[in-house]
Amino acid sequence: MDGVVQLQRQLLDYTALLFQEGFLNDQFTQLQQLQDETNPDFVVEVVSLFFEDSERLLNELANTLDQQSIDFRKVDSHVHQLKGSSSSIGAQRVQNVCIAFRNFCDAQNTEGCLKCLQQVKNEYSLVKNKLETLFKVRKTSYQIFLLFGDKLFRFLLSSPTFLLVFL
Amino acid sequence: MGMATESQFHVLAVDDSLIDRKLIEKLLKNSSYQVTTVDSGSKALEFLGLHENDPNTPSVSPNSHQEVEVNLIITDYCMPGMTGYDLLKKIKESSSLRNIPVVIMSSENVPSRITRCLEEGAEEFFLKPVQISDVNRLKPHMMKAKNKDQQQENQEKQEKQDEESEETEKSEPGSQQPQQQHQQQQQQQQQSNNNKRKAIEEGLSPDRTRPRYSGLTVV
Repeated sequence: MDGVVQLQRQLLDYTALLFQEGFLNDQFTQLQQLQDETNPDFVVEVVSLFFEDSERLLNELANTLDQQSIDFRKVDSHVHQLKGSSSSIGAQRVQNVCIAFRNFCDAQNTEGCLKCLQQVKNEYSLVKNKLETLFKVRKTSYQIFLLFGDKLFRFLLSSPTFLLVFL
Repeated sequence: MGMATESQFHVLAVDDSLIDRKLIEKLLKNSSYQVTTVDSGSKALEFLGLHENDPNTPSVSPNSHQEVEVNLIITDYCMPGMTGYDLLKKIKESSSLRNIPVVIMSSENVPSRITRCLEEGAEEFFLKPVQISDVNRLKPHMMKAKNKDQQQENQEKQEKQDEESEETEKSEPGSQQPQQQHQQQQQQQQQSNNNKRKAIEEGLSPDRTRPRYSGLTVV
């Protein structure tokens, strides 16, 4: 089972990188700790909900900020929700932008809000990409392990090409 | 699978955020609680068998309340329509529900908000995102409420027995005690409220000594 251990170590390294770069914080670890045999897809499910919710909110924000007369309370309400859900899954950088965003809402600063919207879209896009990669690698690697067995799997893990393709 | 000689505690979780409902549900289920989640204060009251506009209608639906015994209510503060604070007030104003411990969750650390909730009778105030260590603090409140109910039940039984056996002149010490006990309990409640607020402000967790969550269900 050495191959699996190796894989786990690499996934840990990749995840650690995400933490280092500030994309994720300890709350994500908490999510992983909550997952167990009774609900083995818990983390993926929660993160998927976050993706759906965020996309909805980002659309709402774009619409609300596109109006002639901007309803800042509405904007604030959307940002508050986004802040909450990003905080719940540990998406630190998204959460941080939301904090700044709310300040601009309070000040009814349109330009500031528009800038933040762009920023939060970027951060969301980045963290989404990274999380999807994390899940895909995990899934694909286990599939390969199951198909080819441990020895070949370990060999593949030591190959830079393989890593490049999947990471 | 533990040997559950006592039935599970049932927690009602109220939050308008789907993600947070999913989270709190998992947190609670991992602690072996039975969980019901609703997305609003009004749905919570409905579930509890209470009608919004009529706080004292236990006689209207006593059965629905008894069928769904709820041992603790944990609610988000910021919700559209009825806030967690409004819900807390309604529960404490209801004669049938006021003994159920209520815990408030909020993503915002606003001291005046925390104070208001504790003063209104909330047992705890958790900052979101809620942690496993927070959930570990719930059991004592549910045990206390259960014991209180048990005590009241026993007392009522005792008084009934005393009444029934009152052929001869028998003094009823029972009638004096409830009042004193109640006052004592009120004082204790105040004290522990103050302690709790302090704990929250200082970020202490009396349950630090508990073993960390290790993926096993806690009995």
